[in-house]
Amino acid sequence: MSEAVIKVENLTKRFGDFTAVDHISFEVRKGEIFGFLGANGAGKTTAMRMLCGLSRPTEGHGTVAGFDIARQQEQIKKNIGYMSQKFSLYNDLKVWENIRLFAGIYGMKPKRIAAKTDELLNRLGFMAEKNTFVEKLPLGWKQKLAFSVAIFHEPQIVFLDEPTGGVDPITRRQFWELIYEAVEQGITVFVTTHYMDEAEYCDRVSIMVDGRIEALDSPRELKKRMEARSMDEVFRQLARKAQRSAD
Amino acid sequence: MRTFLFLLEKEFKQIVRNRIILAMIIALPTIQLAILPHAATYEIRHINLAVVDADHSTLSAELTAKLSASRYFNLVLAGTSYEQALELLEDGKAHLILEIPPHFEKSLRLTAKAGLMIAVDAVDGTMGSIGSSYLNQILQSFAADLIARGDIAYPDAALQARVQVIPQYRYNTQLDYKTYMVPGILVMLLTLVGGILAALNIVSEKEQGTLEQINVSPVPKQSYLLAKVIPFWIIGLLTLAIGLVIARFMYGIVPAGSLLTLYAFAAVYVVAFTGFGLLISVAAKTQQQSMFIAFFFLLIFFLMGGLFTPISSMPYWAQVITWFNPTAYLIDVVRLIVMKGSGFADLLPQFFCILGFAVVFNVWAIFGYDKTA
Amino acid sequence: MKQFWAFVNKEFLHIFRDRQTILILLLMPVVQVLLFGFAITTDIQNSSVVALDECQTAESRALLKEIESGRYFDIVQYIESDRDIDAIFKKGKVKIAIVIPQDWSRRIGAGQEAPLQLIVDASNPNEASILTGYLQGIAAQFAGLEPVLDVETRMLYNPQLKSAYTFVPGVIGLVLMLICTLMTSVSIVREKETGTMEVLLVSPSKPLYIIFSKTIPYFVIALINIVTIILLSMFVFGVPIQGSIALLFGVSITYIFASLALGLLISTVSSTQQIAMIISLMGLMLPTVLLAGLLFPIENMPMPLQWVSKIVPATWFIDMTKAIMIKGLGIGLIWKQWLILLGMTVLFIGISVSRFKIRLS
Repeated sequence: MSEAVIKVENLTKRFGDFTAVDHISFEVRKGEIFGFLGANGAGKTTAMRMLCGLSRPTEGHGTVAGFDIARQQEQIKKNIGYMSQKFSLYNDLKVWENIRLFAGIYGMKPKRIAAKTDELLNRLGFMAEKNTFVEKLPLGWKQKLAFSVAIFHEPQIVFLDEPTGGVDPITRRQFWELIYEAVEQGITVFVTTHYMDEAEYCDRVSIMVDGRIEALDSPRELKKRMEARSMDEVFRQLARKAQRSAD
Repeated sequence: MRTFLFLLEKEFKQIVRNRIILAMIIALPTIQLAILPHAATYEIRHINLAVVDADHSTLSAELTAKLSASRYFNLVLAGTSYEQALELLEDGKAHLILEIPPHFEKSLRLTAKAGLMIAVDAVDGTMGSIGSSYLNQILQSFAADLIARGDIAYPDAALQARVQVIPQYRYNTQLDYKTYMVPGILVMLLTLVGGILAALNIVSEKEQGTLEQINVSPVPKQSYLLAKVIPFWIIGLLTLAIGLVIARFMYGIVPAGSLLTLYAFAAVYVVAFTGFGLLISVAAKTQQQSMFIAFFFLLIFFLMGGLFTPISSMPYWAQVITWFNPTAYLIDVVRLIVMKGSGFADLLPQFFCILGFAVVFNVWAIFGYDKTA
Repeated sequence: MKQFWAFVNKEFLHIFRDRQTILILLLMPVVQVLLFGFAITTDIQNSSVVALDECQTAESRALLKEIESGRYFDIVQYIESDRDIDAIFKKGKVKIAIVIPQDWSRRIGAGQEAPLQLIVDASNPNEASILTGYLQGIAAQFAGLEPVLDVETRMLYNPQLKSAYTFVPGVIGLVLMLICTLMTSVSIVREKETGTMEVLLVSPSKPLYIIFSKTIPYFVIALINIVTIILLSMFVFGVPIQGSIALLFGVSITYIFASLALGLLISTVSSTQQIAMIISLMGLMLPTVLLAGLLFPIENMPMPLQWVSKIVPATWFIDMTKAIMIKGLGIGLIWKQWLILLGMTVLFIGISVSRFKIRLS
């Protein structure tokens, strides 16, 4: 078994008297695709934001890429990529300008950025859109671009928050191909989703219900254990226990 | 450092592409300088006056004629009925009523004394007091004329001539209100550019979600904020240049003092105000909120900054509040430089105050900006 | 109709859940009325002057003492030479230098003309000429002159010349415009930007309901603001309401409708919140502050600006509010203005509704 790049113990986040994330513990191994599942409002995004250094934990501790999530957020940020559910490239910058900006922020040198940009755009078949304003791209392309930007600086781990929300199945398929390519380069992928067919693509999944992790294993093991035919069924069995309503 | 340059490049591209900002840089100085000096004026000119003459004498007619010839007043009524005049006042068609009582001339010629009555629509207190004080000055000069002509036998006629007050007006010898307003408007321009545009900037990234992408990257927040300040700084100084050119060609106003001094102050001031805008932007959750907060403070900064009404007229506690108003310092300074030609050495206290604001606002914005909010 | 109230309810929740915003909306007018009501005044007193007494006699000292004893002047420095005057003016605090020439006393004694020289910083022309007038009066009095014309001045409606009388109606006009127009237009455009407007528009409810429901909370907030401002002005500034309160509210509600309609209109022409704000700021706030008679008398402006001021709704509102609150005039004297404001309101609502429909089809 390979080493763990994310280790979390009793991680908790409270907002006032509401406990969004309730003492969760898990490990993510290097090079795997780790699916982080849960209904809306189960606490996935909150947990993920703590791992990325966007939010401070109320209790518990953890490390990401070997750095403490409570104290070394800026160190963590150097070693991760992040793509949020809200599309977050700059609409008023062109495709290559967005790449250049974010690569530059992560300390890549301009020459290297320029070469790698062309290489990336060729691979994606985006070369014709190099000078297009991101605003003008169709949603599916925007998301593929956002993912490519998130791993452009070759982070150890990339966090994807519902990356395929709102796109058609074909684009989702293509998107997952990009994810597999990233894994081949040795990047660990941490992905939240509520599409259960996507859960099948993950090496291991955890399922969150009401701020707690109710199950964690490979999709095959989970299905076997719960005598379910699909991940969808697994999820529905677990989610039935939920007290919280999705907002 | 290299990170910073990438951020700066991004801010410049975004600003150059933002048509609203470009329009503001050109339109704001032009419109404001064309309209404001004409609109924002307490200059007394053609103020509507009703004269009620119950005396019907040569002297009362002469007084009425003198008033109607004055450029300060616009005679809307020369009648006999006070009620009629009062109606005009209620309708807002007259601001002042001068009532000349019966036997005005007789009393003047016999006793060298006569009473007059002024009624002022004081709903607008400012106009009331300024208007009545101008009216009074004309009345007194009318009396002086009568004495000088020997029309009335003033017992101490000699004395009147003896103590003479000779005013010598400096800096604005034509007593033109526009000359006074234009420098203030230049300050308004700098403030609007820095304050409003910056106040909207970060919060709009918050709403679009791009701020989160920045927050999850290892960018130091100082670099991020500094990259935002610099473009606004350049825009601010550019706006000032456009404003100065317009002031020159529209009003013939050329700064009496050094442009270098003027720019030194403007440079620090824009940094201060951009910092203020960024502070609001960091604190606000939505653009709507940040805009509202910005408007709130801008109104206070302008109205309590001596732009329209002198600070020295305010009650003491309000003057204390103006010590914390960066705009008040700059309005004062720009007027001094443009009208009187004050030098940098004269203005050191103001310079350090504005510098202080620049430091405080920007440092506060950096501390207020929490990447892990 | 039930749907409509459901939407109104949603809008109220949006606004009232956001404590920060609601606090700003309710407190801001209070702070502004308090600050402006007390602080903005052109009443001149305690102006700093310097004196150059070249004469140095009992008489010249007596004159300076006389000048300082009044409420208008503070002699902050006695200077030695008129060469210092320019340097002092350049620091900006001192407004006038009073120069008493060397032979002043002697000339008075000899019955000759005795000129008193004033060097005046005329950057602010009003201040300069008013201060000069005051000094002329003091000098005449010092010479023991009885004024020929004894002028009695009565300040009607506002005997103490309180600036609150001027500002309360103006601030009401400004605040209502800010809340109703700016907030409404921005909140509608915001939903356009975030895409939630589309979601609402494809729902089976009438589009106009959705839009109108957004204006109702601001209407309520505006009413609360009017009440607070009026209470403040009555009890803090002692500005009484001379006329009918019902009439005042009638006029205010008309104005609120006009402002809300303007907000809708702006929202139909702007694609982003920033554009909506810039239009509100440049197109409405500045004209309201400058051209509506809030600070500056309209009759002093050049003709073209006076025409522009006539199409600013706040001009009519502020005019009527002053008439009702301070002069106590009844409907007989303001119906014309009211009718004009009403006409504007109907026009704005008409245009924004028809524009909204065009956008939908």
